[in-house]
Amino acid sequence: MSATITKQAPGLTSSSAVMALLHMRTFIALFLVLIFFSFAAPNFLSTANMVIMSKHVALNAFLAVGMTFVIITGGIDLSVGSIVGLSGMVAGGLIMNGLNLGPIGYTIYFNVVEVVLITLAVGILIGALNGFLITRLNVAPFIATLGTLYVARGFALLSSDGRTFPNLVGNAELGTTGFPFLGSGVILGIPVSIWLLVIIGCGAAYIAGRTPLGRFIYAVGGNERAAALSGVRVNRVKMFVYMFSGFCAAIVGLIISSELVASHPATGESFELNAIAAAVLGGTSMSGGRGKIGGTIVGAFVIGILSDGLVMMGVSSFWQIVIKGVVIIAAVVVDQFQRRLQQRLALQQQAAIGG
Amino acid sequence: MNADQEVILSVRGATKVYPGTIALKSVDFDVRKGAVNVLVGENGAGKSTLMKIISGVEQPTEGTILLNGEPIRMTSTQDAIRNGIGIVFQELNLFPNMTVAENIFITREQCRFGIDIDRTTQEEKSRALMRRLEHDIAVDRPVGELRIGQQQIVEIAKALSQDARILIMDEPTSALSATEVEILFRVIAELKAQGVAIVYISHRLEELVRIGDFITVLRDGSITGSSSMKDIDVPWIVRSMIGASSKDYAKTAEHRYGNEILQIEDITLPRQGGGYMVDHVSLSLRAGEIIGIYGLMGAGRTELFDCIMGRHKHAGGTILVGGRPLPKADVLERINGGLALIPEDRKAEGLIQIMSISDNMTLASLWNYVRGVQIDGKKERATVAQYVRKLAIKIANPDNEVASLSGGNQQKVVIGKALMTDPKVLLMDEPSRGIDIGAKAEVFRTMRRLAADGLGILFVTSDLEEVMALSDRIIVMSKGRITGDFQRVGATEQAVVAASSVGHDITGQTMEARS
Repeated sequence: MSATITKQAPGLTSSSAVMALLHMRTFIALFLVLIFFSFAAPNFLSTANMVIMSKHVALNAFLAVGMTFVIITGGIDLSVGSIVGLSGMVAGGLIMNGLNLGPIGYTIYFNVVEVVLITLAVGILIGALNGFLITRLNVAPFIATLGTLYVARGFALLSSDGRTFPNLVGNAELGTTGFPFLGSGVILGIPVSIWLLVIIGCGAAYIAGRTPLGRFIYAVGGNERAAALSGVRVNRVKMFVYMFSGFCAAIVGLIISSELVASHPATGESFELNAIAAAVLGGTSMSGGRGKIGGTIVGAFVIGILSDGLVMMGVSSFWQIVIKGVVIIAAVVVDQFQRRLQQRLALQQQAAIGG
Repeated sequence: MNADQEVILSVRGATKVYPGTIALKSVDFDVRKGAVNVLVGENGAGKSTLMKIISGVEQPTEGTILLNGEPIRMTSTQDAIRNGIGIVFQELNLFPNMTVAENIFITREQCRFGIDIDRTTQEEKSRALMRRLEHDIAVDRPVGELRIGQQQIVEIAKALSQDARILIMDEPTSALSATEVEILFRVIAELKAQGVAIVYISHRLEELVRIGDFITVLRDGSITGSSSMKDIDVPWIVRSMIGASSKDYAKTAEHRYGNEILQIEDITLPRQGGGYMVDHVSLSLRAGEIIGIYGLMGAGRTELFDCIMGRHKHAGGTILVGGRPLPKADVLERINGGLALIPEDRKAEGLIQIMSISDNMTLASLWNYVRGVQIDGKKERATVAQYVRKLAIKIANPDNEVASLSGGNQQKVVIGKALMTDPKVLLMDEPSRGIDIGAKAEVFRTMRRLAADGLGILFVTSDLEEVMALSDRIIVMSKGRITGDFQRVGATEQAVVAASSVGHDITGQTMEARS
């Protein structure tokens, strides 16, 4: 035993360096992608392009942040894309048609702030439905959210009979103006959606890193039974993550329809897969218990910049899909490698003290 | 039986190191042809590790395996099968939805033209095997419909169909009825006559003495005895298993008990399909007292702890901690009320393997370190460091994954987690399971010290010696009921064992209780 320790002791420092590099790998990937495209694609580094790209990335990043929490608890949320579509339709419908109270003949028009709050509430409500199905009715997360994926999409299509709600500038008389600000407004030279992402991202990272709720989220994903036996209210934690994911999806729905000044019921199709990809690229483990919000956001940027950069280089969009897939798989392979190395290091340290 | 019977397989100097523990220490083991080679030892002695090495599931860290004198290297069970080594695992590895014949020929399907499975031939051969094993099992029935004993026979048939010359049986009788055991023994005798070498693992000593030809005893990863069966007797086996020096139990620190700290009254837990898992159990525990709950597997001990901890919503009865009732079946409320459970299965219920040592320790008491809405990292680290010192947990870094620790240290982390919630009563389910003997002694000392500090401790064990040495009071459970309540002074092993088998019809219970 002692022979192996002395043999490995000098190797400890070099593998620590490798560990440090591996920890930073998503950042390194981001850095490499940025450098590559700044040479390969003209105008890539211009401020205008950066702003546009960030706005693209932000949409996926919101969903990915919510998805990260869900995946850390060991679940999955396939319904986010549909929630994006439905919440866009809710916002669009409320602004354009108001809320028709039916036979009484009254129609209530809400101001934009109210519309935003109602829309967010709808997103949270669908998340709560997911959580209810999963915690109370014991439906597997994959199935529960697959179901709500269809239900929410169906309602989005029903809400307008499949048509688009166009021209959502609102009506000054009804006090419904101001909706486009969310998607195209700028504060201090930075788009509103980026500010929102900073707020949500920091908030989520704070929850994950510094609060009991965050610790419980990791605990539930790491070992649900042990967590429950330690007094963690597992069902409440799960309810939270699905509601938060729904909330993030509703934000995306609002931003997209605000940006386009229109809402279309098919918006957000397959967004859930991009969100999962960003989370996984950022180091979130699909088996639960591991993941970082910061990693996820960087992951979303890597995917976003990769596809935008390839567009600017004129690479076929079909190739982009292939490249995205390869990057995701490579990320997971590196992740496995890091985990094994980390375990070996911990064991070596433990062996060194003779425990 | 003569000792110069041909050795077909021998293990020389096998050492197996797992992260944190050494499971086998340079073990020599011989398997003789046409004989029943018995392997015996307590839980965690290294029997299953040795079997895994012989059956190719694991490779020894050091040492060699010789088959007919030739060194062999096996990296998979396929290799072992090719070398004529078959194993019947304790947990049956059968496919319940496939038929008996399909199970027997799994991965070696009899095919026409290499692709078309020849069911007729398979079933014909399976029937022949069943005849050889004297069992009238329809070979086209799904295995899931068979009784456990019959499934065991299918496993044996499977091993025989692979032309096993060495057959390893890991506790084959644990699920069998008396008649099925008789049939199995006949089968073993017949196989022996055919020259098959049998490696037989069991906890039931009288069984071993009856059918064994050679015996090897393992303790803490080393061989402590190896002999021809006719030269030895049951006391010899027990001595070799437990060791002359016995275990290092902490001496009782004399102290007075405090007030009644835990009262449970009339706890019931209905069993699916009628009856009770926990059948109207009442007991009371005083501060500073250690009560050991002894019983056989399935006596309802773990379920009782689960009820006390509030894990079963439909459990009946009342629970008072320090005179205060805890009516709601909710784990968090019970923890806040002063109860803490150290579960039996550390991996599945005690720890979150992928979280750090520190995060694991503070998980149950996290709210104590919260300032405003956030966790006070400094206070958390300080408390962890304090408990690491207090419990003498050997760790390199509290941020390492808890999985990097040895069993004993992991157990201490679980104990630390429980103590950090500041409990009045500690419930410990098999606190010494899966940890080596040194760590056991330390866990026992810790229990003593905690009791001296005024904690009430209720612990469950299947180890007779442990319950006799450690408890101030012994409660025996059988079939969900309390069947014995002894003060330490005046309790005899015989009385405790007799109480544990009330409602069972077992002969020679003593060693069965060890399983």
